[in-house]
Parts: sequence; structure tokens; C-alpha cells
Amino acid sequence: MDDRLDLGGLFLHFLILWFVAVGGPSTILPDIHRYVVEVHHLLTSAQFAEIYTLAQVAPGPNVMYVTLMGWHLAGWKGAAATTIPLLVPATTLTLLVGHYNERYPNAPIGRAIRRGLTPITIGLMFASATILMRAVNHDWRGYFLTLLTVALVLRKPWNPLWLLGAGALAGMVGLV
Amino acid sequence: MQQSESHRPHVSRLALFLTFSRISLSSFGGALFWSRRALVERQRWLSEREFVDLLALGQLLPGPNVLNLTVMVGYRFAGWTGAAVSVAGYLGWPCLVVIGMGVLYQHYGALPRVQQALAGMSIVAAGLLLATVIKLAIVLPRRWRPWLFGVLAFAGVGVMRWPLLWVLGALAPWAVFAAWKEQD
Repeated sequence: MDDRLDLGGLFLHFLILWFVAVGGPSTILPDIHRYVVEVHHLLTSAQFAEIYTLAQVAPGPNVMYVTLMGWHLAGWKGAAATTIPLLVPATTLTLLVGHYNERYPNAPIGRAIRRGLTPITIGLMFASATILMRAVNHDWRGYFLTLLTVALVLRKPWNPLWLLGAGALAGMVGLV
Repeated sequence: MQQSESHRPHVSRLALFLTFSRISLSSFGGALFWSRRALVERQRWLSEREFVDLLALGQLLPGPNVLNLTVMVGYRFAGWTGAAVSVAGYLGWPCLVVIGMGVLYQHYGALPRVQQALAGMSIVAAGLLLATVIKLAIVLPRRWRPWLFGVLAFAGVGVMRWPLLWVLGALAPWAVFAAWKEQD
């Protein structure tokens, strides 16, 4: 916790991020990590990963990790500084485009944007996954559990909460 | 488009609030599954096709796709205030839940047992995200250009750790232009 927290700066950074968060909250995770952990040292990389994980376990959209992070940094004001920016593009751009879309549902520009941005979104989500992996894993056993999770998710239709529960157990008995 | 409007069910603001509250509180591990179930199967406010169209649009717009869907559904049935009550239902409860978890984390997060459990869960959470990415990447077309853009985005943000804005500013216009040229 080296730097004093600048709430206005945090708010502005999240506001800009949400306007480019095409593909959802996982695409901006690397940049939030860069800002909060690498540039401003407000959290350690492990704390960042723990907060992300806690929000995954809670009911509600995955995006709640930004609210939890804000709250952890500065209470209600922090939660507001990270959550309110999230609403801004949804209430401006989404309403505007939704309105336009109901009039012109087959505009080709929409298709081009979607096709062009999808691979970029996937590349950014892959960056998020590798950042989390590096934040949480310290030896081969951790990487093994991560890869085992990947294999199970791809092959079995299990609810991910069971896997998270198994991970908690594995941690408590000292396997990872 | 005009005649589809006459098919629209009448939906009250209270119903919007309650339905989106229910969606959000039952969404363990992602809201997409639950929102489809509630909006298409249970309430029948949207047809399967309308749901997919709105979701695709929500995905294309910045921000979480289901939140964008929530805004558009609320707006479609009850205008501005409909959008507002839908978002309140969708985000309000999880905000409170997650802050409750934050309180617990600050009190007990440093206990060794809790630390170990969290560490184990975080390792699995990283795997869950990686698996989601793989599932999405499988449906990318098998052509070099989309994969090139994906790899460049990953390298810029994940390896070089450049700010997202620079990377997107450089790649996005180029990628959209390429996709536009491919269409005709």
C-alpha cells in the first residue's frame, strides 16, 4: 500500500476502461491489474486474484469483482468509484445503439464491428487468464490444478461451483 | 419491425425489477444461462431469436453483455424508467452481497486456513477463465487474420503489459476495416 489512493483518478480510469470494454469485464482485467497492482501498488497480485475469485463465488454477474475491489480499497466511496463508471456506457451507448438497432436491425457495420472485434476480445481474455495464473500459482502443483480445471470444464458439464469448492479443499489440506 | 411491436407483452416495472433481481441472485458462475431461462422460457418476454439478437448487440457494445441486455430489455418494455428499475434489480443485490463478502474478507481474509482455501479457489478460478477462453476460441474461423489479431492483442496487453487503450486504438480500427472488406 505505497501510494495514497486517488479516488478521482480511479473513477476516471475505470470510466475510460468501461468505454472500451468490448466483450465484457474479462477484457479489461489486464489493464485493471496493471493500474491497481503494477502502477499504483494498491494491492498485491495475490490479493487481486483473491478478490476476483471471491466475486466469482458470489451470486450475480462476474463484473462484481470491480465493486469488491473498490470496496476493499476505500469502502463505499471506493465501490462507487469503480461501479458507477460501469453504468455509464450501458446507459448512454447501449440505449442509443439499442434504439437505432430496433429501426435498422441488419446494418452491415454492426456485423463488421462484431467480426473484427471478436478475436481481439478473445486475445484479451487469454491475457486475463495468464495474468491470474501467474498471480496465483507458485509451483508446478498450482499449474497442474489450473490445467486439470481446464480439462474438466471442457469435458464435463459440471457446475463450476463444485470445482471452486474442490479447490478450496485442496488448498486447506495443503495440496496446493 | 412495426408488427413485432404489437406482439409485445405488457410488462410492468415491478415485474422487470423482480425478474432481473431473480436472474442476478440465481447467477452463480455467469448470468447468461439464467437470463435466457428467465426471459425466454419462464416469462416469454422475448423469443429465442430476439434474445440472441439483443445479446449479440450487448456483446458488441462495451460493458458486460448481460448488463447491456438488461438495459435494452427494460427500455423496450417500459422506456427509461424500465431500464433503470431493471438495472437496479440486476446490479443492486449482488453489490450488497459482494460488499458483505468484502467485510468478511477484511476480517477473516488473513487467517491461514482462509488464505489456503482462497489460494486453492483462485487457482481453480484461473482455470475456469482459461477454459472459457478456449471454448470461445474454438468457434473462431480457421483463417489467419482473426488469429493474428487475437495473438497481437494478447501479446500487447498480456506480455508487453501496454495500456489497453493503446493496444485497442492500434488494433481495433484495422480489425474492423479488414472484416468490413471481407464482407463485400
